[in-house]
Amino acid sequence: MSQLFDRSSNALARTTMALAVVLAAGGLGLVLSLGQTSWVTRQNLLIKQPIQFSHDHHVGQIGISCGYCHTAYERSSSAGIPPTATCMNCHSQIWAQAPILEPVRASFRSGQPLEWVRVHDLPEFVYFDHSIHVAKGVGCETCHGRIDEMAGVTQAAPLTMAWCLDCHRDPVRNLRPRSEVTTMGWKPPENLAELQQELAREYNVQSKMSCSTCHR
Amino acid sequence: MRPERLFACALLALGIALAGCRQDMHDQPRLKPLRESEFFRDGSGARPIPAHTVARGNLRADTVFYTGKWADGQLADGLPPQVPFGRALLERGRDRYGVFCAPCHDSAGTARGMVVRRGFKQPTSFHDPRLREARLGHFVDVMTNGFGAMSSYASQIPPEDRWAIAAYVRALQLAEHAPVAELSAEDRERLAASGANP
Repeated sequence: MSQLFDRSSNALARTTMALAVVLAAGGLGLVLSLGQTSWVTRQNLLIKQPIQFSHDHHVGQIGISCGYCHTAYERSSSAGIPPTATCMNCHSQIWAQAPILEPVRASFRSGQPLEWVRVHDLPEFVYFDHSIHVAKGVGCETCHGRIDEMAGVTQAAPLTMAWCLDCHRDPVRNLRPRSEVTTMGWKPPENLAELQQELAREYNVQSKMSCSTCHR
Repeated sequence: MRPERLFACALLALGIALAGCRQDMHDQPRLKPLRESEFFRDGSGARPIPAHTVARGNLRADTVFYTGKWADGQLADGLPPQVPFGRALLERGRDRYGVFCAPCHDSAGTARGMVVRRGFKQPTSFHDPRLREARLGHFVDVMTNGFGAMSSYASQIPPEDRWAIAAYVRALQLAEHAPVAELSAEDRERLAASGANP
């Protein structure tokens, strides 16, 4: 009886086995790394909003400060989205007839709020407090990036737990004076490390690593 | 273990791991600030205060602190007792003035802010005689109720910050009309160095 397989089958069998290992490892790697991609974290994804509001224009060019609209940024667990009335403070007279702002005027007339889409959407098992981060001297741009250069706001940070813990482990290197919290493009002084140590003492900044800091 | 059994185990583990890739725990029906709600007819989870009700702690019987006016409607001539005067108040005022007022009134109070330059009706300069003589409560009243083209800022600026801003506006008025002779030697030097024409 002749051989069923010729000699080249050996090589084929070995290649197949090697490929199977590579495929399995690659598949596992893919599954594990999927959570880091913007497909899951939504980092840098442009989200369609009901109005094409441009932070680049309002903050970068006009120079309106974060707190003018996000009034609760230093007082509440959520920085807040402004009511339509805030838009109308200026747009009652500026671009008062512009078609692009018709949804704003319609909302103001009817009292029905504009339905903005949340960009920074933390999981429901995270109890995040915006005010404490501001009170401890973490700048807006540290987490949100250069909002003043964004025509449409995207999520600048991955907002993964690893990212949170990275700062919670050693918060000092992300501190700045409270007076500079809303500054975009802050130019740190040369003695930055020294200043941050000082601020950490003054603001009583602690490394918060307990589970219950964020999860209840 | 035989290879096919090992393979089956690996497949099962992968299946279990993939079954964990769900967002149910991330997206629970928990009400976050300003989130939409299916429960209320208007779809808004943030509820407006019902008419004719007062939330606990919001009685605001102390009219002068909340409105800048005494109960008889007279504008207050100074700070109310719960707002202590000091450097901290003026610095808070400067900070909040920069956020809420400077877009129109500009950082010096001369009413040439960016929003005015873009076409908004120009307000009166804070250095106008009428506003220099206005009582402190006037500024708090305007922030609380609006004035002319300016809408109310009551929902954006808490009462204590309104007083801080009013105090800072007074400081701006003082600074604009301060005689050079009254400045300290150090300030006079800085003024000369800046090249400004007093």
